[in-house]
Amino acid sequence: MAESKQSAELTEVQKKIRATFEAFDYEFNNTVDVREIGTIIYALGCFPSQKDLHDFIAQVEEDHTGWIHLDKFLPAMTEVLLEHKFPPIPEDLVLQAFEVLDKEKKGYLDPEELTKYMTQEGEPFTQVEMDEMLTAHADHEKNCICYKDLISQLTIDPDL
Amino acid sequence: MTSASKVDLMDFILPDHQTSALKAAVLIQRWYRQYVARTEMRRRYTWHIFQSIEYSGEQAQIKLYNFLGYLMDNFTPSSSERKISHFRHKLENEVCRDAEWERYFCYQNIEVPEIYSGPHLTFPLTVEQAMGLVEAFRMKKQLHSRYVLQLLLETWKLLRMFPNINRISTCHSKEITICGDLHGQLEDLLLIFYKNGMPSLEKPYVFNGDFVDRGKDSIEILLILFSFLLVYPSDVYLNRGNHEDHIVNLRYGFTKEVLTKYKMHGKRIVKLLQKIFSWLPLATVIDQKVLVLHGGISDTTDLSLLARLDRHKYVSALRPPKKRLMSSVGTSIDSDDEIWSNSRFNQRRTSLTYPKPLGERDSFQNRSLQDFSDRLKANVVENELEPQSRRPSIFNSVTTRSEKEITLSVSSDSAYSDTMEEWKQILDLLWSDPMTPDGCIPNEVRGGGCYWGPDVTEDFLNKHNLQLIIRSHECKQDGYEFCHNRKVLTLFSASNYYDVGSNRGAYVKLGPDLMPYMIQYQASNLTRELSVRQSIGRTERSALKVLREQLFAHRSDLICAFKKFDSLVSLSEWANAVESVMHLNLPWRMLRYQLVTCKTSDGVINYYEWFNQLAIHIDQSLLETLYRHRSTLETIFRIVDTDNSGFITIEDFRQTWKLLSIYLKMEITDEAICDLAIAIDSNQDGSIDIDEFMEAFRLTDKKSRLERGRSMFMGTAPDLTKLEGDPNI
Repeated sequence: MAESKQSAELTEVQKKIRATFEAFDYEFNNTVDVREIGTIIYALGCFPSQKDLHDFIAQVEEDHTGWIHLDKFLPAMTEVLLEHKFPPIPEDLVLQAFEVLDKEKKGYLDPEELTKYMTQEGEPFTQVEMDEMLTAHADHEKNCICYKDLISQLTIDPDL
Repeated sequence: MTSASKVDLMDFILPDHQTSALKAAVLIQRWYRQYVARTEMRRRYTWHIFQSIEYSGEQAQIKLYNFLGYLMDNFTPSSSERKISHFRHKLENEVCRDAEWERYFCYQNIEVPEIYSGPHLTFPLTVEQAMGLVEAFRMKKQLHSRYVLQLLLETWKLLRMFPNINRISTCHSKEITICGDLHGQLEDLLLIFYKNGMPSLEKPYVFNGDFVDRGKDSIEILLILFSFLLVYPSDVYLNRGNHEDHIVNLRYGFTKEVLTKYKMHGKRIVKLLQKIFSWLPLATVIDQKVLVLHGGISDTTDLSLLARLDRHKYVSALRPPKKRLMSSVGTSIDSDDEIWSNSRFNQRRTSLTYPKPLGERDSFQNRSLQDFSDRLKANVVENELEPQSRRPSIFNSVTTRSEKEITLSVSSDSAYSDTMEEWKQILDLLWSDPMTPDGCIPNEVRGGGCYWGPDVTEDFLNKHNLQLIIRSHECKQDGYEFCHNRKVLTLFSASNYYDVGSNRGAYVKLGPDLMPYMIQYQASNLTRELSVRQSIGRTERSALKVLREQLFAHRSDLICAFKKFDSLVSLSEWANAVESVMHLNLPWRMLRYQLVTCKTSDGVINYYEWFNQLAIHIDQSLLETLYRHRSTLETIFRIVDTDNSGFITIEDFRQTWKLLSIYLKMEITDEAICDLAIAIDSNQDGSIDIDEFMEAFRLTDKKSRLERGRSMFMGTAPDLTKLEGDPNI
């Protein structure tokens, strides 16, 4: 019983991977542009870091052609999903992270503060990424980022 | 690979703020990037949904068109006056007919009332008047029908002097501005003029087709373009698009817009526009190096053939011009045009006021027109009897009739096969799309034109000594897109085409160096305030709403597809069944959670519950079939209503219904049709308006589906009526 349940789960997982992969396979030849891999992995509900992505790509890319073939992607991605390698980040943890950055415990962050952290620390955002984040989510009137609101806004149904 | 991902509380409870801040930053970045990627994913499939539905809509359009063509061929207006063979009448009375058309389009008797607050036009038009028109439309004024007719008449006269292929140059360091599809979206045109300036001697423009349909200000766009054309005929160039076509307009909203805005004189305006569209040039060449046309090319596209043919013969790209003498109202337009243009053309040549080099084209045009009309005169007597004898066979072989007709004509008349070749060239020009692989295949999605590959582009450019093709016809998220090794540029100027935030529009500037320079924009106040991310949500919700409506409209086919399962289906079964009915090639599994909102346990779906849920989402008071066929029904009505009066006779209605039932292989007796006709004429005035017409379909559909539904639905007929009574539907 356990075995068949396992294989049923496997099939479902693989179908999910295929379906998402196909959405980016514009030429219908089972390949996708390597630059889309991040989006595909995220779309499958995973939360890899940039380093994780680089490592994954190194595993599946065909000799730096810029293309990833389904044959390599499928087993690697299946492993990722079955072993929950890039699990979602719980809301409360994100909140904690913001609170760490909010040294004065104001309840919000100034755009300058956030920009400093996001573009200089960790796996930095590019200027474009930073601009997007501020444009989309900064409160323009008060000129701040209320991170509690932001978190609830951005939390999405995990099982898409 | 995994160590970086696992984060827990302990990572933050460290004495060193520096380190914990670092970890916090990494976490937030990871979290936010995930959100961004997911949003991008949603944007992609939202886009995909709209495109699929649009193209499948167009395909349905072509299928519908086939029926409409059949309808036009076989429908004989019931009024006895119209049964007289027009053609014989006309050929004998050329002079009379000319005068008749003059009178028909005459605007002079139309009075402009004092209370009219819109612009007044005097001819010849000045640039101040053209600009005044733009301003007036910005202020939501409407131009009076008298001036509309006058302006259109002047445009018609001018267009006939232009060659099929405009040739312009970027001399005097002039930059040429090229715009793509506008589709009745006045805001976009206003935005382009605001950013780029209006057309002038220093600022030439090329407008690459599809000015009308879908948007709500198609007539205003046309009037603006035409007025600048009249003021600057050497600096404004218009290419014909596939929507500059009266048959397409019947379905996609332009005809309706005109008839609604101009209740008294709309019919005349529509008719005059038909002629104007057929006279729009087919393409523009810049500096002999850059080709601008609306759709694209095929592996047989021949520019010299296109330059030579009589473009105005092809009133609609969807119908090849027939041998004139079928007993159908449809072709009378073609034949009118022949006579009108043949005689008028000679007069036109002497009234040239614009410095256009017409020499070469002149002789071609003149000769071929003569040839054609001579040949037709000879055929008149011979063909006149044919319709009568052919008619009995119609009901035997519905689908092969038009093929038969063509083969018969081909064998007997080589001029006709030339016509078919020309028609195909035009069809390819207006309807084709580029594709990634090499080769050239028929464009199944649109149902007309072809898909052409990079090798075809390469050969074509080499053969004609060109370096770039600029075309439109396809909506692009960024307003433009290069393909075929940057040798083909798609340009689309209607922003927010599917919905607010769906895409940007773009226009192109081309200087003497012929390096295209793109400017993008997005109209509408709403978008400027929304950020890109937020607007995705709106567009997505709208796409999903449309998709749900489509699913609901196909409910009975879906139920058929699910019939072989029990009431519970797995996700795969659900996805496969849905795709087999909808043929939209969408990632159904990914969309499942948005589309199936009822409870699902262990990955199985109760599809009957799903349909009920869908029904609740739909804000419609009409039944499924009517919803799906609404625009079709409207189109049918407009065709049958040949004089655009808004009414059809009971007899016309009966005949239409009979043809429809044969074509769709429905079984309805004559008696039933009669009863139906009388029943729906609710005000008993002997004529049927469009609402009564639609009602007829609803009643019939309900009856036939009640019968079909008994075997399919979980419930019985009472459930169906219960559904009908549901105020949410």
